[in-house]
Amino acid sequence: MYAQMIKTARPGIKSREEMTDQEREFQDKIDNDIKIEPRDWMPEDYRKTLIRQIGQHAHSEVVGQLPEGNWITRAPTLERKAILLAKVQDEAGHGLYLYSAAETLGVTRDDLVERLHEGRMKYSSIFNYPTLNWADIGAVGWLVDGAAIINQVALQRTSYGPYSRAMVRICKEESFHARQGYHAIMKMAFGTPAQKKMAQDALNRLWFPSLMMFGPSDKDSVHSEQSMAWKIKVKTNDELRQQFVDQTVPQIEYLGLDLPDPGITWNEEREHYDFTDPDWNEFFDVLKGNGPCNTDRMRDRKAAWDDGQWVRDGLLAHARKKAAARVAAE
Amino acid sequence: MAEVDNTALLQFLLRTGDNTLILGHRVSEWCGHAPILEEDIALANTALDLIGQTQLWLGYAAEVQGMGKSADDLAFLRDVWDFRNVLLVELPNGDFGQTLMRQFLFDAWHSIMLPRLAKGTDERVREIAQKAVKEVSYHVERSADTVVGLGDGTEESHARMQAALDYLYPYVGELFESDEVDAAMVDAGIAPDPASLRDEYDALVGRVMEKATLTVPDGSFAHKGGRTGRMHTEHLGHLVSSMQWLQRAYPGSEW
Repeated sequence: MYAQMIKTARPGIKSREEMTDQEREFQDKIDNDIKIEPRDWMPEDYRKTLIRQIGQHAHSEVVGQLPEGNWITRAPTLERKAILLAKVQDEAGHGLYLYSAAETLGVTRDDLVERLHEGRMKYSSIFNYPTLNWADIGAVGWLVDGAAIINQVALQRTSYGPYSRAMVRICKEESFHARQGYHAIMKMAFGTPAQKKMAQDALNRLWFPSLMMFGPSDKDSVHSEQSMAWKIKVKTNDELRQQFVDQTVPQIEYLGLDLPDPGITWNEEREHYDFTDPDWNEFFDVLKGNGPCNTDRMRDRKAAWDDGQWVRDGLLAHARKKAAARVAAE
Repeated sequence: MAEVDNTALLQFLLRTGDNTLILGHRVSEWCGHAPILEEDIALANTALDLIGQTQLWLGYAAEVQGMGKSADDLAFLRDVWDFRNVLLVELPNGDFGQTLMRQFLFDAWHSIMLPRLAKGTDERVREIAQKAVKEVSYHVERSADTVVGLGDGTEESHARMQAALDYLYPYVGELFESDEVDAAMVDAGIAPDPASLRDEYDALVGRVMEKATLTVPDGSFAHKGGRTGRMHTEHLGHLVSSMQWLQRAYPGSEW
């Protein structure tokens, strides 16, 4: 997940007649579920779309350290602190892995980071929401990682080989995080009244932002069609969102928490839960930079990068001296 | 070998576990703010190892104390004056250079102390140290490499690392202080006299600083008071107040 509103060059898709021979051959591979590998020919727009999507995904993993890091120093037990540290470490690792996948498309990590800091690339809207009480950490694992997994399990079948393989590995760790998150929130929901209140507060605040993670409704998602045809995306936003709601509502009921949306009801006919759409105006506001934490998150990331310039320069200078000394010795 | 007195053993375990707890906490403050993604991962990994070691040291301390407490009770429900970590680990992180310099100065000591504990007479101490020594041999390798890289990097990185060393060095001496607790550990064959490790430490630090083109400060003055609990720095109270907040605000809850 963590990739929303990925732009393709133009809405809609080319018909076979409009395609060049090369493009037709490419599309045939996709249609036959043959993975595209870095050295294969690919349409420029496929490459650009993937760079945007994988890059946004990588940025999300990196920025996602911040709301969780917000609670590492206040984790209530040594075990919870260790679990959270391990999770954040995994996520930074996912970021690294995804940047490497993006680099196979001919872009550098530094370039992607620069685009993020200049506001030319985005990260998932969810990380622009604050973590305000300890139950948020459980809820992030349960809801946010839960939502991410639904998307990423689908993405294991994505057409670009390195991205698909990254997803297989990442999904394993994310599933573990989601289980740990659910366990943490279970402790709260079944704990003291104060803890239950924290769990409810976290659920109420994070429910709609979690639904937004899947991106706008299919009818408003102008770039989805081409991405689906290229199998960069393999399920629609609405399909994935419905799957998330269907999976999560029974979990909320098991926890004995109130549903965060009075519109949630079982629909016999559809055999799915009905639910209230998130406020898409809020979603677009967050994307435009007006979420509760956008400014702080970017300021933190830029500060980390800028304050670290001397470290990167120093280590690079040392590596060059060592290399020069080796050459001189030979 | 003398039978070990539980009061002394408890103090020894608190000293060891509080060092890893407080340093692990400090390192974890970096989460998401490191100069490069690889460092975010490495810092989280170091913090995780240290917190894992803390669970073992303080878990054993709680057993020795015999009051039905847990490692969490010791970490989250003692006040500042009961902490027994050296002052070095409670100092604020400063910049990345200061954090890594502190890490190296601690890792170097840790990497010399733990193999001794791993051969001592107390089975539990031995087991914990044997597990920790593997992690710490990696920590010291990494922190030494970083100190060398930054010391011998650019003019700016060199100046920053020298400043970090100058600031931190007066806190090193406390690691080698000996008192009656240490004497009891030596008598029982559990741990070496800290003072006896100093030569090996100076040699290791000297080698790394030479490669890093950094100058080890003259003078033997040592700030101390952490491992005896006589006088911590002002910084520890702030660390403890955020670390312990949930346990203090919602006593008796399970998390």
